[in-house]
Amino acid sequence: MSDVVLRVKDLQTQFQTRAGVLKAVDGVSFEVGRGRILGLVGESGSGKSVTGYSILGLIEPPGRIAGGEVVLKGKDLTRLKGEAMRQVRGAQIAMVFQDPMMTLNPVLKIGTQMIAAVRAHDKVSRKAARARARNALAKVGIPSPEERLDAYPHQLSGGMRQRVAIAIALLHSPAVIIADEPTTALDVSIQGQILAEVRRLADVTGTAFVWVTHDLAVVSSLADDICVMYAGRVVESGPATDVIASPRHPYTAGLLASVPAEHEPGTKLPQVPGSTPSLANLPPGCAFAPRCFKAGPACTTTPPVQQFEDGRTALCHYPIEPVSCQPLSSTSTTYRSAS
Amino acid sequence: MPAALLDIDHVSKRFVKHPNLGERVAGLLGAGPKTEIVRAVTDVSLNVAKGEVVGLVGESGCGKSTLGRMIAGIYTPSDGKILFDKVPVAKEQGRRTQKLTTRVQMIHQDPFASLNPRIRIGDTVAEGPVAHRIVKPRDADSYVADLLGRVGLDPTYRRRFPHQFSGGQRQRIAIARALAMKPDLLVLDEPVASLDVSIQAQVLNLFMDLRRDLDLTGIFISHDLGVVRHVSDRVAIMYLGRIVELAPTAELYAAPNHPYTRALFESVPRVGVGKKNFRPIAGEIPSPLHPPSGCHFHPRCPFAGPRCKREAPPLTAIGPGRFSACHLNTGGTD
Repeated sequence: MSDVVLRVKDLQTQFQTRAGVLKAVDGVSFEVGRGRILGLVGESGSGKSVTGYSILGLIEPPGRIAGGEVVLKGKDLTRLKGEAMRQVRGAQIAMVFQDPMMTLNPVLKIGTQMIAAVRAHDKVSRKAARARARNALAKVGIPSPEERLDAYPHQLSGGMRQRVAIAIALLHSPAVIIADEPTTALDVSIQGQILAEVRRLADVTGTAFVWVTHDLAVVSSLADDICVMYAGRVVESGPATDVIASPRHPYTAGLLASVPAEHEPGTKLPQVPGSTPSLANLPPGCAFAPRCFKAGPACTTTPPVQQFEDGRTALCHYPIEPVSCQPLSSTSTTYRSAS
Repeated sequence: MPAALLDIDHVSKRFVKHPNLGERVAGLLGAGPKTEIVRAVTDVSLNVAKGEVVGLVGESGCGKSTLGRMIAGIYTPSDGKILFDKVPVAKEQGRRTQKLTTRVQMIHQDPFASLNPRIRIGDTVAEGPVAHRIVKPRDADSYVADLLGRVGLDPTYRRRFPHQFSGGQRQRIAIARALAMKPDLLVLDEPVASLDVSIQAQVLNLFMDLRRDLDLTGIFISHDLGVVRHVSDRVAIMYLGRIVELAPTAELYAAPNHPYTRALFESVPRVGVGKKNFRPIAGEIPSPLHPPSGCHFHPRCPFAGPRCKREAPPLTAIGPGRFSACHLNTGGTD
């Protein structure tokens, strides 16, 4: 990738608790290029959202960024403090949250909030700011944007509110937008509209997206690249189509195999045994080993990052051999006996 | 087709919000609307045979959960009736209905909300069967141990509290509690929606095993087309309170008929088909407070004509066992 806009390197985010230090993010690295969409996939507790918050410097005590760097256009964000970080946040990097009501103030008109957001970084007249707000709303496909500026958040539907949240994120044409489960709370027909809009925005405006989600189907139809997270680490990364077609890490394979839509109806679904481990109580070495069908003696030691062709990686002692064609059925058989 | 275990006959449910004092005063002075009516379910008919699992699919506000709750006897229908084993499901008291309520059990979406956090899970599971004299109090312990084993939990866990379990385990406990009543019909309202993908598969497998072993009949409510396809024999697609399409699962997924069903399938992202050109359904889901006239889907439908605005299409047979509510099947939209 030539024009990398965001590079996260060996990011460590830890929380000090009574149970000890929890490594919510433990050495996460990835890169996002201009106009690319990176899907950050994981189940609850995998550290995907904390990664997103860490990038924007939104970690509050007892949490802290213990190491690594977040480089946005050559600048390390982890070194920025207070006002300096505020200059960057919202202007060069922005965030969209799962619940748009978290982003929007319920007692202010959409226009008031958007004008404030514009003027927080650019000294322009209210009139010019309003025009920019209107253009941003139009850009995310909101009909009659001029009237919407005078609406309150409760007058809009969930899908419309999420579009407004994305429009606010777009106001300063940031290089990167971090989106944390932005369509999880929406209905499928509305989710489809938002995904289509985001794909278009990335292609047209060159904005890069980090799309944090638990939904593999969303990632496989939207993202260019994928990072799969488990217990605070990236266990597999690579181009989305390749990873989905032929996962190399047993966890990715297990996740993909357990999606019901890909199986003959009524048949037993391949399942990953056990449940996600607590961060306070991680097994030594590979955190996935106790649930893994390929686990071997080496798995009690920390697995190496294996590099494969096409920039793919897997954090595993015993990665799955690549499959030439239809992978889902073949990987699933390995999980079928598990209960 | 065997005799229907569950017979839903032209059922509607309206929720009425009566004006409060302030609004009544305002009304007397000639202001504002008086009574608001949400038509959550409108004229739904459906038969479910013994041993069958019917999926109810739809987006928010389509009435799928309201219909499920009426089947479970939590809500009383505003119109029409629901017969379970030829006996009306209703709140009215009497020995027959009391017996009946134990035969229909419901499993809710959020196992964090549906289990009492201050009661040991063994007691939660035992409470129903002891109260209804399905087991004697002194046999309750072994009965509970049996059930927990059946849903894949260690029987020694029965002295624990809900907070000591993960989401998937809690959903297993909720299933054990429902099974404790020896039900004939299970109403599952989004049972896996709040679970992680890898845990989802475990719970779906459990449900399919139990269904086979206990010959259960099920109403499976979900917004997830993939999940419903996997567990259901027939699927009903709902939109704004009405069933718009009803068909055997395989046929529905092979060739959806109603424009809404087709559009829904198009807009669902799927694993393994690569990047996708989304062709999403245009427009918003209308509020059930003010549904559009005629066919509720017409403002978003690419095939809508003047007739769709005027009259609501009835659910009509378009093949053996297949029903669709669209004017396109019955003489066009003009």
